[in-house]
Amino acid sequence: MSPDPAHARETPRPHDGSRAYDGTRRLAPARVLDIDPLLDDPRTRIVVCCGSGGVGKTTTAAALGLRAAERGRKVVVLTIDPARRLAQSMGIDSLDNVPRRVKGTEGDGELHAMMLDMKRTFDEVVEAHTDPERAAAILANPFYQSLSAGFAGTQEYMAMEKLGQLRAKDEWDLIVVDTPPSRSALDFLDAPKRLGSFLDGRLIRLLTAPAKLGGRAGMKFLNVGMTMMTGTLGKLLGGQLLKDVQTFVAAMDTTFGGFRKRADATYKLLQAPGTAFLVVAAPERDALREAAYFVERLAAEKMPLAGLVLNRVHGSGADQLSAERALAAAENLEESRIVDQEDGKKLRNSPDTYGSSDSPTSRSDPGAPQADTATGTDASASADAPDPVVDQVAAGLLRLHAERMQLLLREQRTRDRFTALHPEVPVAEVAALPGDVHDLAGLRDIGNRLANNRREPSEPNA
Amino acid sequence: MSRLQVVSGKGGTGKTTVAAALALALATAGRRTLLVEVEGRQGIAQLFETEALPYEERKIAVAPGGGEVYALAIDPEQALLDYLQMFYKLGSAGRALRKIGAIDFATTIAPGLRDVLLTGKACEAVRRKDRSGRFVYDYVVMDAPPTGRITRFLNVNDEVAGLAKIGPIHNQAQAVMRVLKSAETAVHLVTLLEEMPVQETADGIAELRAAGLPVGRIIVNMVRPRVLDAKDLELVRTIPRAALARSLSSAGLGGARRGGNAERLVDPLLEQAEEYAERYALEEEQRSVLGELGLPLHELPLLSEGMDLAGLYELATELRKQGMS
Repeated sequence: MSPDPAHARETPRPHDGSRAYDGTRRLAPARVLDIDPLLDDPRTRIVVCCGSGGVGKTTTAAALGLRAAERGRKVVVLTIDPARRLAQSMGIDSLDNVPRRVKGTEGDGELHAMMLDMKRTFDEVVEAHTDPERAAAILANPFYQSLSAGFAGTQEYMAMEKLGQLRAKDEWDLIVVDTPPSRSALDFLDAPKRLGSFLDGRLIRLLTAPAKLGGRAGMKFLNVGMTMMTGTLGKLLGGQLLKDVQTFVAAMDTTFGGFRKRADATYKLLQAPGTAFLVVAAPERDALREAAYFVERLAAEKMPLAGLVLNRVHGSGADQLSAERALAAAENLEESRIVDQEDGKKLRNSPDTYGSSDSPTSRSDPGAPQADTATGTDASASADAPDPVVDQVAAGLLRLHAERMQLLLREQRTRDRFTALHPEVPVAEVAALPGDVHDLAGLRDIGNRLANNRREPSEPNA
Repeated sequence: MSRLQVVSGKGGTGKTTVAAALALALATAGRRTLLVEVEGRQGIAQLFETEALPYEERKIAVAPGGGEVYALAIDPEQALLDYLQMFYKLGSAGRALRKIGAIDFATTIAPGLRDVLLTGKACEAVRRKDRSGRFVYDYVVMDAPPTGRITRFLNVNDEVAGLAKIGPIHNQAQAVMRVLKSAETAVHLVTLLEEMPVQETADGIAELRAAGLPVGRIIVNMVRPRVLDAKDLELVRTIPRAALARSLSSAGLGGARRGGNAERLVDPLLEQAEEYAERYALEEEQRSVLGELGLPLHELPLLSEGMDLAGLYELATELRKQGMS
């Protein structure tokens, strides 16, 4: 069926003007993400929080963990790089790479938390999969030391590795994972695969061959091209580094095998029904664009997406008053103040201002009783002499409100764009807080906001 | 003014925007700047509302006064092949290397090689001269990795020079470090007036200084307008609600009586003022923390209409006004 242009034109859009007025108008009402059933469901074993940097992933992960624990589950939160004060409040500011029980939670559940120590995780993997002698050789290798200390990608491998370990222990009902602040939010999905393809590649065989077979005896198995390649790499990297790399790769051979197996297993674990991905974003263009990209990638990888957590959303208790009307009213107050000061004349409620600020469309808003606009105003305004200080403060409050409404509308436009692209994704909105969260009470508050995010359709009368 | 301007900042602070605005600001009076992206996000193309950038320097904007901004999104794989070509004239061998996975290895897994290539390419652009011996670019602005990784990223060549003790990579790494640690380079940090980004900025500066890298300026981004000052906020608390309702009513916002439209605005407006006051206090606190870091401080406004190309020019003008170029 083709769209009917006539019909489209037929639908008049006189309310376009009133959109600005009615700040809470929602374009496509997104499905609401219900957090509690997700956290309570015993089948939910892993929740992965992902999204671009600076959107509050870590805080969201911690708040979800606390809420699940206080609703009776035994939870562990794996954080990657928490803000210092948040880490301190959970008692995980010391790096020991094992989960610690968080004190001060309410209810029967338990909350454990840990901060990922990349290098230690890497070391543990090496130690667990090789004999002590070979492990010692690997740990002392300069190439290994650089690799494990956190070059691009290592954090992602290790986060997935740790997740696999925690899940394998089966000590917790629920694991909540925060993902690394990668250059691309998707790195942690790609990392295990990339490692796998590298390990399957011919380079690794090339690099390991001479060291494994040793000297000239091995060389005859290599074709001429490969010899040239080793030569080139040697020239490029410097002979000594190539030797370091070769020794390292040879020593890691067995470990690497285990790595790949577990990387594959972790990848499958992420696709399993017990896993829920939450994409975290803020109502800003870049963050939501990344979120949309993420949603698409998760679908392509067949990863189970539970929904979008939209942090730091602004609202207003007075959203029946648009930015334009608030500004006009503020100007009205300020102008009359100047006039008052000049010659004591009142110039309020000039027909001009009334005409522009009280359009018929805004009157049609069900929440705006019309009677008192006409009658109440004049009565009360003339009852008292205007106080310039009060007017100044009122004008300030109105300007503040106008700024809030502009922000709110911009956030809504950004969000609506996402919803239009992905109407299938349930959304949980979390109202913005003035400051940062760094204690359990703050996390509990975020948890409440997450769970009770049902959008109240703004009822000016309520 | 340093010729290599590195812009870093915590995720979400808008460092790509600031880097782009800085590149525009520096392209005054017929100057030419190169804006370099190293993280493969195509953020520059989105900002300038152009199609995705290829691995090629191309002009993306003309600055007021006739300056030009070129942009380059560095692709590590291409950079490695370039590099091999430059030093070894490896045509087919480069392709063979790719086939066996060596390029993948070098650009994604080998420690730091990727970062060596990225910083190396930027330094090459800084030093490049045309036939008459003039610098091709007056300034190179790099949209760098976030604060948490910036020191390691810039310092990677030191580490690599230590790993590869001889050979061309060693020499290249050292040459790059010479540029990065000189007055030719300035590392700027973008932050917001919030606790976490400010803390990360302070940590980042300490790390950069410890590594001997030249710290430039702090740029506070997305500063919300100051609608009410401390005195106004004081006043707000002293005024009776009824008086406010009457004032709002006199401005044409409805009835001041209980339940009237203007009266019903009072509570939410006061609540918003309380929130504003709280945020204002937090922001002032963060401002003073930043002030103590002893670096030049710049502030860029939050654009109420959101970020677009016009906004980018607006921010560039602002940076120029504040003497950042």
